[in-house]
Amino acid sequence: MSLEPSSRACLIGLALFAAAAMLAFRLDNYELQVGTSVAMLCALCLAWNIVGGYMGYPSLATAAFFGIGCYADAIAQSQGLPIGVAWVCAAVAGAVAALALGLPLLRLKGHYFAIGTIAALEVLREVSNNWEWLTGGAVGLNLPMQAGDPDSVGRFFYLAMLGLALLAFLTTYAIDRTRFGFGLRCIRQNEQAAAMVGIDVFKYKTAAFVCSGALCSFAGGIYASMVAFIEPKDAFSLITTIEIPVMVMLGGLGTLLGPLIGGVFYVILKEFVWANFINLHSGILGLLIVAVIYFLPAGVMGIRPKKLGSLWRRLTSQRLRTSP
Amino acid sequence: MSAKVILDIQNVSRQFGGIRAVDNVSLTFREGEIVGLIGPNGAGKTTLVNLISGFLPVSGGRITYDGRDITGLKPHLIARSGVARTFQIVQPFARMTVLENVMSGSIFAGGHGLAEARRIAHECLAFTQLTSFAESPASELALANRKRLELAKSLAMQPKILMLDEVNAGLNSSEIQDAMRMIKAIAARGITIIVIEHLMRVVATLAERVVVLHHGSVLRDGETNEVFQDPKVVEAYLGAKFASRFAASAAQA
Amino acid sequence: MVGQYIVNGIMMGGLYACLAVGFSLVWGVLNVINMLHGSMVILGAYACLFGVQRLGLPIYVVAPLACGALFVFGYAVQRGLINRVVSQPILITLTLTFGLELIVNNLILHYFTATPRSLGINLGTVELLGMRIPVARIVGMLIAAMLTLLLYWLLRHSKVGRAIVAVRMDRHAAALMGIRIPQIYALTFGIGAFMAGAAGVAMALIYPVTPMMSGVFLGKAFVICVLGGLGSVPGAIIGGLVLGIVEGMGTLALGPQWATSVGFLLMMAVIILLPSGLAGKKGYE
Repeated sequence: MSLEPSSRACLIGLALFAAAAMLAFRLDNYELQVGTSVAMLCALCLAWNIVGGYMGYPSLATAAFFGIGCYADAIAQSQGLPIGVAWVCAAVAGAVAALALGLPLLRLKGHYFAIGTIAALEVLREVSNNWEWLTGGAVGLNLPMQAGDPDSVGRFFYLAMLGLALLAFLTTYAIDRTRFGFGLRCIRQNEQAAAMVGIDVFKYKTAAFVCSGALCSFAGGIYASMVAFIEPKDAFSLITTIEIPVMVMLGGLGTLLGPLIGGVFYVILKEFVWANFINLHSGILGLLIVAVIYFLPAGVMGIRPKKLGSLWRRLTSQRLRTSP
Repeated sequence: MSAKVILDIQNVSRQFGGIRAVDNVSLTFREGEIVGLIGPNGAGKTTLVNLISGFLPVSGGRITYDGRDITGLKPHLIARSGVARTFQIVQPFARMTVLENVMSGSIFAGGHGLAEARRIAHECLAFTQLTSFAESPASELALANRKRLELAKSLAMQPKILMLDEVNAGLNSSEIQDAMRMIKAIAARGITIIVIEHLMRVVATLAERVVVLHHGSVLRDGETNEVFQDPKVVEAYLGAKFASRFAASAAQA
Repeated sequence: MVGQYIVNGIMMGGLYACLAVGFSLVWGVLNVINMLHGSMVILGAYACLFGVQRLGLPIYVVAPLACGALFVFGYAVQRGLINRVVSQPILITLTLTFGLELIVNNLILHYFTATPRSLGINLGTVELLGMRIPVARIVGMLIAAMLTLLLYWLLRHSKVGRAIVAVRMDRHAAALMGIRIPQIYALTFGIGAFMAGAAGVAMALIYPVTPMMSGVFLGKAFVICVLGGLGSVPGAIIGGLVLGIVEGMGTLALGPQWATSVGFLLMMAVIILLPSGLAGKKGYE
């Protein structure tokens, strides 16, 4: 394990965060909105990367935890709790939900784990659709609006989301540098061998899942407060749950900077390239997914200048990555 | 042999459906001895190793290690307490470097910090002559070196018992000579070694004691020379040809 | 009352089996979760609608053509796109098929809009066990069930069918026996698409269909597949019947809005407690 590159990546990441924080006072309202969405997606990507990247479990539960965070925040605020406390409630709800879901689901592997997590998402969406006295059902829930002029409110949520992304980044850095991350990488490659060298596999998997779930829910909490209105199909979105892994793949799986780069790159594409094609929005997203899988298997982080030539050969070769 | 008993297996059984893969086996192992575990395919050798290391739960019986009942303990706890094993089919962390593979043993079973773990791992690599491969990915090693990697990883766990499941299968004779030398050196450190082996000349050279499993039960447990000349063992497993050859070489020596 | 729901559930079961069998086969044989499956159902339905309503052709001509077109589509998608990453980790194949799903669904939506459409073929109604049931519905379900049984027969008795089953059981051994794996993969995917198309046609006979429903169909395929066990036709039939009945019972006990959740909850329970499905057969490791 070479610690030097990860320290360098951490410094690069911190510099990016510092720059983003300083921009808060220069961006206009629209730019702040885009910035907030970049920060949120980066936080979700970093959270997913702990389970999907380091540990190698194809989790599709991101939106499940995100939605739980949205509703926990909304319900906490409707009980009169201040916004900061409501966010903590959201994170705690996510951690508890991850623990409850992880105990059965983390015994599953591969496809079954992926499906189990999707099923959890679907069930949660249906529950929020139908449990009307708690969630308002399909009609949705209104949250209190933040007082103040639009610019300062926008800046507040931008900085809050950026803070969460930083928290997720530092968490990832800590995981990357410690025995916890080392153990997760062992688990990704071979669980039996991991147990053989003395890793408490189930505890590690649960801890990673809880950590990831809490971060996703935290993001959901901030998001719900920001948009001041949530409904089941927005909170528990199937698209989000699959978009996030795609972004991480775009950036580079199981790396420190990959999720950040993937998130930023993705939002740039979303906002500036296909905002002009509203009707073909999801189709272009699909094309992007297909392109990432074929041409950037190691993500943007995996691009090496000398490999660009072989990238072209990949583009044109028939037998693309059909390893035995 | 008056060394202290390190591992005590009492009436251990394991059933798969109606089949008794391990049937009421009782064995004791002492500190620092090398014991050969032999028997035909399907005799229950690997199952026994799986039971001791906690990868399979026992259907009945008791396993005591270093005075402590470890029956039903999770594999990682057994590993941390000092019982290491290798797998018949080697299981490296393929995408990590050789050094990281070995470090995993000293980090988790040894309980060391990353820096100390790296130091121990380098020692183990030197011992198994893998130093020059430290930074290569484990997936790039040839079979003999992958077997050594398993050995190095187990050593890094600083075990008191090491169970080697066919570490010599598929190796050529000079590689086997190296492996045997290493195993002897490990035993000299006071580590108890249980070797599952199909190559009888390896068992004969390494082990002072041999346990023969047959249909899940202990057919014979005793000094290597005696066991190899026992008619029951010859009939069940070794075959007459081997017995006569062994007797001839024993007479020469 | 309960009897009615059970009869209805059994009838839906046949349709569900047809809906899921292709998905299950692809999963079992290729070890790929085909997120595109829901849109292939829609594609079948809309191809049929297009032929009947725009071109004015009779349904018995259009329906087989639509299913055939789906076969070609599935074969081509597997050969050209999915086969390139078929041995990659799950996350890759799953996201790739999801990407394809987004593209295909978006195109259908773009050309046909989100308006629910039905074939609107009226064959009258019959009285069965005290319920008035439209004949078109019975025909749709019977066709779906019969095609599923036909597939079962083909897998057991045709040479290609045996090859598909062999690949499902052990692809390395099958390759050693001289079976061309990519060919079998593509055929399996084609058959999966064919069955999805057939389910789509049957759906369009019974209900109005919209491109927005692809997720619902995919979800049902998931549930059925897990309930019945992977990669086998009897598994899909068992899963389909169980889901049909359970949804009926869920509707009766909790109201229609909970029917889907009941299915998913049952699926989660089965995944966790009986990973090889209710039928108990191990499909594919």
